[in-house]
Amino acid sequence: MTAAGTTTAATTATPTSTDAPPTAGSRFTGAVANYIDERTSISGLVKELGRKIFPDHWSFMLGEVAIYSFIAILLSGTFLTLFFDPSMVEVHYEGSYDPLKGIEMSAAYASALDITFDIRGGLLMRQVHHWAALLFVASIGLHMLRVFFTGAFRKPRELNWVIGFVLFVLAMAEGFTGYSLPDDLLSGNGLRIIDGMVKGIPVIGTWTSWLLFGGEFPGTVIVGRLYVLHIMLLPAILIAALGVHLLLMVINKHTQFAGPGRTNSNVVGVPVMPVFAAKAGGFFFIVFGTIVLIASTVTINPIWNYGPYDPSPVSAGTQPDWYIGFADGALRLVPPGWEFVLFDHTWTISVLAPMAVLGGFLVLVMFYPFIEAWITGDKREHHIADRPRNAPTRTAIGAAGVTFYAVLWAAASSDIIATHFKLTIEGVTYALQALLIFGTLAAYLITKRVCLALQAKDREIVLHGVESGRIVRMPGGEYIEVHEKLDEYDRWRLVDFEDYKPLMIRPNAKGKITVGQRVRAVFSRWFFEDRISPVTKGELESGEHH
Amino acid sequence: MAKHDGETSAAAGSAIEKKLAREVSAGTAVISSNALENPGLPPHQPRVTDLDPKKEKAAQRRVIWLFTLSIIGSVFAIYAYIAFPIEPGNLTSTRVNNLLVGLGIATALLPIGIGAIYWAKNLMKNDELVEERHGTRGTEETRAAAAEVFRVGNEESGFGRRTLLRNTLIGAVVAAPLPGIVMLRDLAPSADPVEAFSRTMWKAGTRLARDGSGTAIKASDVTLGSVFHVVPYDLPEAEHKLEEKAKAAVLLMRLKPEDFVHNITPGREDWHYHGIVAYSKICTHVGCPVALYEQHTHHLLCPCHQSQFDITREAAVIFGPAKRPLPQLPITVDAEGYLIAQSDFHEPVGPSFWERS
Amino acid sequence: MRTSSPKPNSAPRQRATGRRSPLATVALIAIGLVATGGAYALASTTATATNPAIVHQASADEGKKLFAANCANCHGLDAAGTDEGPSLHGVGAASADFQLGTGRMPLAMQGPQGEKKTPQFTAEQIADLVAYVASLAPGPALPEDRYLQADGSASKGAELYRINCAMCHNVAGAGGALTQGKFAPALAGVEARHIYEAMVTGPQNMPVFSDLNITPQQKADIITYLKFIENNPSVGGADLGSLGPVSEGLFIWIFGLGAIVAMTVWIAARPN
Repeated sequence: MTAAGTTTAATTATPTSTDAPPTAGSRFTGAVANYIDERTSISGLVKELGRKIFPDHWSFMLGEVAIYSFIAILLSGTFLTLFFDPSMVEVHYEGSYDPLKGIEMSAAYASALDITFDIRGGLLMRQVHHWAALLFVASIGLHMLRVFFTGAFRKPRELNWVIGFVLFVLAMAEGFTGYSLPDDLLSGNGLRIIDGMVKGIPVIGTWTSWLLFGGEFPGTVIVGRLYVLHIMLLPAILIAALGVHLLLMVINKHTQFAGPGRTNSNVVGVPVMPVFAAKAGGFFFIVFGTIVLIASTVTINPIWNYGPYDPSPVSAGTQPDWYIGFADGALRLVPPGWEFVLFDHTWTISVLAPMAVLGGFLVLVMFYPFIEAWITGDKREHHIADRPRNAPTRTAIGAAGVTFYAVLWAAASSDIIATHFKLTIEGVTYALQALLIFGTLAAYLITKRVCLALQAKDREIVLHGVESGRIVRMPGGEYIEVHEKLDEYDRWRLVDFEDYKPLMIRPNAKGKITVGQRVRAVFSRWFFEDRISPVTKGELESGEHH
Repeated sequence: MAKHDGETSAAAGSAIEKKLAREVSAGTAVISSNALENPGLPPHQPRVTDLDPKKEKAAQRRVIWLFTLSIIGSVFAIYAYIAFPIEPGNLTSTRVNNLLVGLGIATALLPIGIGAIYWAKNLMKNDELVEERHGTRGTEETRAAAAEVFRVGNEESGFGRRTLLRNTLIGAVVAAPLPGIVMLRDLAPSADPVEAFSRTMWKAGTRLARDGSGTAIKASDVTLGSVFHVVPYDLPEAEHKLEEKAKAAVLLMRLKPEDFVHNITPGREDWHYHGIVAYSKICTHVGCPVALYEQHTHHLLCPCHQSQFDITREAAVIFGPAKRPLPQLPITVDAEGYLIAQSDFHEPVGPSFWERS
Repeated sequence: MRTSSPKPNSAPRQRATGRRSPLATVALIAIGLVATGGAYALASTTATATNPAIVHQASADEGKKLFAANCANCHGLDAAGTDEGPSLHGVGAASADFQLGTGRMPLAMQGPQGEKKTPQFTAEQIADLVAYVASLAPGPALPEDRYLQADGSASKGAELYRINCAMCHNVAGAGGALTQGKFAPALAGVEARHIYEAMVTGPQNMPVFSDLNITPQQKADIITYLKFIENNPSVGGADLGSLGPVSEGLFIWIFGLGAIVAMTVWIAARPN
C-alpha cells in the first residue's frame, strides 16, 4: 500500500522562467523579497510551507472559525479598552439613557453605558465583541466534537488535543471574566453565584472568597482584578497556547478522510499557495463579516435593561452565557438537602457534587486520547480520520457525553423552558434529572447500535452494490432488483478503516497476569466485542461469484 | 490476526540507539493480509471554467464586482458614521448608527471573503496534489545526536555528578517563587472573614426601611398579601453600603397568623409581629436574592436555581438545591409604630461556608 | 438634508443639542401617537368615571344582572364566594376592572392561573360589573388618570421596578416562571390602567403593592418606565424576546454557527 497515484511532486516549487522583461511591479516585489530574505532567511520558510498541502473538507474549517472569531474579539476588544473604565468607584450616571439618569452606579457600568449610547460605533463594537465571544466558544466546541468523532486525537496528536482542551477552558474563562466586567445586575448576580460556590469549598472556600473579592462580596476591587485577567493574563496564555496548537498542527500535518489515493503516509489536497491561502483568507472575512452583520442587527446583552449591580434586586431568567450554562444547570439539578454538618464544619455537597461531576467530566474529555490508546495498545501514527460509524464505541461514548452536556445545558434554562412550553419548573427539573442519567445511557446504546447498523449496511453495499431501483424479471419468472456494483473509488471509501479485536489476556514475561492487564482486557472487550470488519478481497470475490 | 500485544513491544520506542528498523506495535488492531487495495487518485475532472473561456471570464467579472462592492461598503460605513451621528437622548439615532455602520462594515467584509473563495474555487488551478508524510519521530541519527547533546551537557556541567550542587539548585528554584505567592495575602484585608460573614448590620432597634426610597415602614403599612423589599434604615450611613446590603437585605410579608403560628419553633413565637414576618432575602444555596413571593401559596422562589421556601413553615426548603431555611429576622415595633429588628439574625445569612456550623 | 450634524471632533462627553434632525420627526410622530393613545385611554376611562353618583347606581344594577348570569356560578349569587371562586367583597373596583379588562375573568378553564385573553364583555358591561363589585364593600378604587399618563420619572420608575417587580417579570418585562406552572406574565402591551390595578390589588399570586408601600406617584413612575421600554425598541437591533443569555446562546448556535457551517460546506464543495 505505497503512495498510490502520485502525480505531482508538490513540495518542489517550479521555478518560473519567463523571457519577458520584468515589469516595474515585479521588480519592486523582487527587491522587497530580497531585502527581507537577506535579513530573515524567510525564503526557507516559504519554500517549506508555501506549497504545503491541506486536505479540503468542510469539517476541517471549524477550528479556523474559532481563530477568526478570536481575531474579531481582539480587534473589537482593543476598541473597547480605549473607552472602558474598569473601576467600581460610585458615580451618578448623566449619559443619554433616560431610565438610568441620576442613578448611582460604578464607573465601569457608566462607561459601558457611554460606549453603548454615546460613542459612535461603540455599541457595534460591544456587540461584535460579545457575539464573537459566543461564536468563539461555540466553534471550539464544534471543532472538538469533529476531532473527537473522527478520532483525529490519536497518535501523534494526543498532546495537541490536550492543548486544544486547555484553549477551550481558557476561552470559557475569558468569556466569564468578560461577562462580569460591565458590573450590571446580571453580571453581578453571576459573580454572586461564583462567590456562593467558592464559599462552599471545604477548608479553603471562605478564604478564597475573601481573597478574590478583597473582603466581602461584592467589594470594590473585583472588576479591576477580572479586567487584568480578561485583557492581559488570559489572552497572553491563550495566544501562546494557540501558537503551539497551530505549530503542532503544521508539524503533524492535517488528517484526511479515507479516499482513493489517500493513505496513512500522504496528504492529498490543495497547496497553501494559492488555493488554501485564498480560501482561508476569504473565510476569515466571511466569519468576521457574519459577526458584524449579526452585531448590527441583533441585540446582545442589553446592559441598559439590567441596571447597575445592587445586591438586592434580581431579574427573572438570570442565566450565564451559554458556555457556562452546563455548570449553572448542574447546580439546578441537585436534589434538596445535599448538605450536612460534620465535625463542626459545613459540607456543602449541593455545590461540591456539581463541581466534582463537571470536573470529572472535563478531566475525562482531556484524557480520552490516552485512555483509548491504552485500550487499543496501538502505537502507530494515524492520519486517516475515522468515519464515526467505524468506531462505534467511541462514537457512542461521544454521543453520551454530548447528551450529558446538553441536558446540563438545558437545565440552565429550566425556567424559560417551563414558561415557553407551559410546563412546571418542578416537572422540567425532574425530567432533566432523569434524562441526565437515562438519556445519557440511552444515547450510548442507541448510537452504538446505529453505528453497527450503518457499518453492516456499508458492508452490504460493498459486497452487493447499490439498489438500482430497476426490477428485472428472470427467465424463471422470478423478479429481482438489479444491484449496481460500486466502482473501485467509492468502494475504497467504505473499506479503508481500522479494525480492532478484543485483547486476549496473556501472561507477561514473568508468567503472571497483572491486574492492569485484566482491567485493560475488560475495557477492550467493552470497546471491541461488537465489531464489523472491513470487507476483504476474498469476501468480495466470493460475493461476486454468487 | 493481531500479531503483537501492546505489552510485548512497548519497549520498542525507548531504545533510541537501536539502528534496526523499528517495529511499532499495532496493539489489538487486525492487520489483514487479504485487505483490498487502494485504487489511487481518480482521474482529474475539469470544471466548466476550465473548459469554457466565456464562463471563466464571467466568473472573473463576478469576483471583480464583489471586490468593488466591498469598497462601496467601506465607504458607506464611513459615510454612515458621519452622516448618522448619535444625538444625545435620542435612542433611535443610536439604533440607526449601529445598524448602518454595522451593515456598511459587513458589506465591506463579506464580499472580500466570498470573492476570494469564488476565485479560488473557480479560477485557480484545482488539481489535487499529494504530499508525502514522514513519521513525526525524528530519524534515529537525529535522536542519537540529541541524546548526545544532553550527554555532553551533563558531562561538561557535572549536573548528574555533583549531586549536592544540583540539589541545592533545585531547592533554590523551588523556594524562589514562594515570596511571590505569600505576597498575594494582601489581596484581602487582615480581618477575619468568618466574623464578617457571620453578622449583618441589623441590631436591636434598627428600623426596617423600604429598599429604594429608604423610608421607614410602619406595621400598619404592611397589608395582608403584600411584600416589602427591606434594608436597614441606617444603610445609607454604612461605610460599605453594597457589602452590608448584600447581607442585610430582607423580605417582609404579612400573613394571616393562623396560617403559620402552629408551625413556629419554640423560642421564635415573638419573632413576628401580628403576622408580619421578615426573612433574609439571600438564598442559602449560593446567594442569589430570593425575591419571588407568591401571596396565596406563601412560597418564595429563587430565580437563579429554583429553590423554593415555604414562609408558613419558617421558610423551610420545599424544592430545589438549597438545604437550609432562610434565616428569620426577629422584628417588633417601636413606640412610634415603626417596625424594628429585635436583634441581628441568629445565624449567618446566605450561602454555606466551611466554618459555619 | 442633514444640516445639524455635530462637530466631528467634539469629545464624546460634549453632546450636541441640535434637535432639528429628521429623526426628531420620527420622535414627534411617536410622541403624537402615544399622546393620542393616552387621550383615548383618558376618554374611555372618563366615560366610566364621570358622574359616579348617577351612572354608578344605574350600572351597578345592570352589573348585578350580568354578574348573576356570568359570574355567580363560581363566586356565588351574592359574590360571597364558593369552593370554585373567592369572595369579591372588598376586592374593589380596581380588581374587577383588571380581571375583566384583561380578559382573565371569566376563566377559560381551571388551571395554574388565569391567563390574559380578549375580554368577554364590552367596555360598558365591564363598567357595570365593576360598579357592582365596587358597591359590595369598600376596596381599591379605579386609578386616577393623572397616574396613567406615563409622564413620570423613568429612572425612578426603573429603579423601583428592578427592586419590586423584575424578579418575577424580568428586567425587560419579558415575564418569568413561578412555582407549579404559574408564571409572571410579560408586560409589553399591557395598558397603564391594568398595570396600576395589578399593583394595587395583587391579582392571583402577585403580592399587593398598596399605596403605603409604593405611592401612587411611584406607581406612575413604574408605568412611565414600562411604557418607555415598550416604545423604545432595543438600540442594538432585534431583542430576541429580551430573554437574556439563553436566547442569545440559541441564536449563535443555530443562526450564527449554522450560517458559518453552511459557508464551510460551500467552500469545500467541488465547483462544477
